[in-house]
Amino acid sequence: MSHMTHSLLRVVQAGPLALVVDGGRFGVRHLGVTQGGAADWVSFHWANWLLGNALDAAALEIVLGGGLTLEVEQDATLALAGADLDARLDDRPLAPGTTFAVMAGQRLSFHQPRDGLRAYLAVPGGLATPVVLGSRSATPREQLGGPRGDGSALGDGDRLEWNPCQVRGRRLPFGSAQGVTLRGNQLALVPGAQIGHFSGTSLYRAFNATWRIDTRADRMGVRLLGPELRCRLGSMVSEGIPMGAVQVPPDGQPIVLLNDRQTIGGYPRLGALTPLAAARLAQCLPGKEVGLMAISRERALASYRSCLEAFR
Amino acid sequence: MTHGARIELAAMDVLMVRLFDDIDESNMSWIVAADRALRDAFGDLLIDLVPSYTTLMLHYDCLRLTHGEAKARIEAVLSRLEPAAAGLGRRHEIPVWYDLSVGPELERVAERTGLSVEEVVQRHCGRDYYVFALGFAPGYSFMGMVEETLAVPRLKTPRRRVAAGSVGIADRQTAIYPLLSPGGWNILGRTAVPLFEHARSGEPLLLPGDRVRFMAISRSEFERQGGNTIPLEAAL
Repeated sequence: MSHMTHSLLRVVQAGPLALVVDGGRFGVRHLGVTQGGAADWVSFHWANWLLGNALDAAALEIVLGGGLTLEVEQDATLALAGADLDARLDDRPLAPGTTFAVMAGQRLSFHQPRDGLRAYLAVPGGLATPVVLGSRSATPREQLGGPRGDGSALGDGDRLEWNPCQVRGRRLPFGSAQGVTLRGNQLALVPGAQIGHFSGTSLYRAFNATWRIDTRADRMGVRLLGPELRCRLGSMVSEGIPMGAVQVPPDGQPIVLLNDRQTIGGYPRLGALTPLAAARLAQCLPGKEVGLMAISRERALASYRSCLEAFR
Repeated sequence: MTHGARIELAAMDVLMVRLFDDIDESNMSWIVAADRALRDAFGDLLIDLVPSYTTLMLHYDCLRLTHGEAKARIEAVLSRLEPAAAGLGRRHEIPVWYDLSVGPELERVAERTGLSVEEVVQRHCGRDYYVFALGFAPGYSFMGMVEETLAVPRLKTPRRRVAAGSVGIADRQTAIYPLLSPGGWNILGRTAVPLFEHARSGEPLLLPGDRVRFMAISRSEFERQGGNTIPLEAAL
C-alpha cells in the first residue's frame, strides 16, 4: 500500500460479516471468477454519492451489524446508506442516508437490523485495498479481494485505509430514492427462454404465491420457500448464470442467484430479477415474504435507467 | 454456421447463444470460434462472455447498446461462423501423483469398474481431454470425455474440503480443484501445477478448447515439483 494512505479505521470487533465491496469484478466470468461486489448496489451508490465519490468506489458492506466496532484513528467525514443496523458513533445514533464527521478516538458500531440487512459505509475517495482481477471486492470462497487481496472478510485488528482527498459532502435531495431497496416486497423478474418449460400451474403459482425468504440465504443465492414448482427440463447441460437468475432445482423451491453465484450451472430458470429487484432481495431478512412479478425486458431497462438517473 | 443456433433472453441485459443441445467434443471448435468472434464483434460493449459446453452467455452494456443491436451483432457473427481449426487451443501435460493418500477414491473407482488401481490410473492418463468450460472456482476446468469404463458418479455426500491440486472424475468428466473447496468428485490424485495462481493473475493455465493429458509421476517427483503430500483425509 502506498505511503500516502492513512490508517483511519481499526477493527476492534469484526461482527458477523463485513466485506470490502465495489461495483464488482467484470470481464473475468469466463475464468470461473464470480461477480462479487455490493449486493444492494443502489444503497452502495448512495453511500458513495453522499461523499461525492465515484459511485463504484470501494466501501464496506456490513451485514446484520452484530457488534461490528470500528475505532477512528484520524478525523474524517464518512457516509452511511442502506439498512438501519442501529449504527452509533459512540452513543450517538446515526441515520442511514447521511454523512457525518468522526474524530480520532471515537467508536463507530453496528448492532442489529431494524430495517433491512446490509448497510454501506463509504469513505472519502473509497477504500484503498488491493485491486485483484480488476476489483477490490472480497469474495471469500474464491480468495480474491478484500483488505489483503486474499478474499478475507473484515477481521479483528484489520485497518482500513484510504487516500486523503477533499470531501464534497452532500445531502439527500428531497424525496430521494435512498432506502428504495428497503421498501416494497414485489420482486420484478424478466422471464427467460426456459419459462415455457414450466407447467401452467407452476407458472401461476410462481407469480401469485407468497414466497418466504429461507434461512439459507447468502451472497451466492437466496432460497425461496413456497409451493413446489415443476419444470419439464430436469437438469440441463451447465451454462452461464446471469445475475438475479431464478433457478428451480428438482425440489421445486426456487433459488435466486446473487453476486457471489457460481459462474455456470445446470438448473432450469424462470428468468432473472431486475437489477433493482436483486438489490431489494439482498436487503431481505430470512422469514420475510415476497412476491415475484413478471415484467418485460423493456420495462426493466426503463426502470433501471430511471434508477441511475437519481445519481446524476 | 451451425444449424439450429438460437439466441435466447436470459436477463434484462444478458443473451444466451445456444449452439448445441448436447455435450460433445466436436462442439469445442465452434464454441472457441464463437467466443473469439463475439469478443471482436462487441469490443468494449461486452461486459462478460461465458462459454460453456453448448452455449455462450453474453452480458452486454445495455446503457450503450440496444437489445436489437446486440441480437443483430450476434446473428452477424453466427452467419459467418467457421469452426476454429483443431489444435488452436494449447495442449498441456499435467503431472499427477496418483496415490491412495491423496486420491482416496482410486479404490472406489477400481471396485466399481472391476479394474485394478493401476489400470484406473493408466486409463485416466490414456487420452487427451478437452477443456469444455471454466466454472465453480477461479481456474476450475471441466474436462472430458473420460473413458466410458471409468465413468463413476460423484459421491453421494460431497466432501467439505478437497485439497488444492486434487484431480477427480465424475461420470465422464475430469477436473482439477485449483484451491481448497468443497467437492463431490472421485479424487484420484494430486498435481503440483499452481492453477489458482495462474487464474488469480488473469491468465489461467487451462482455457476452453485446450487439451490436457495427465502424466503419472512418483511421490519423489511430485515432492520435487513442490507438491503438498498431506493426505486428503487429514485435517487440511
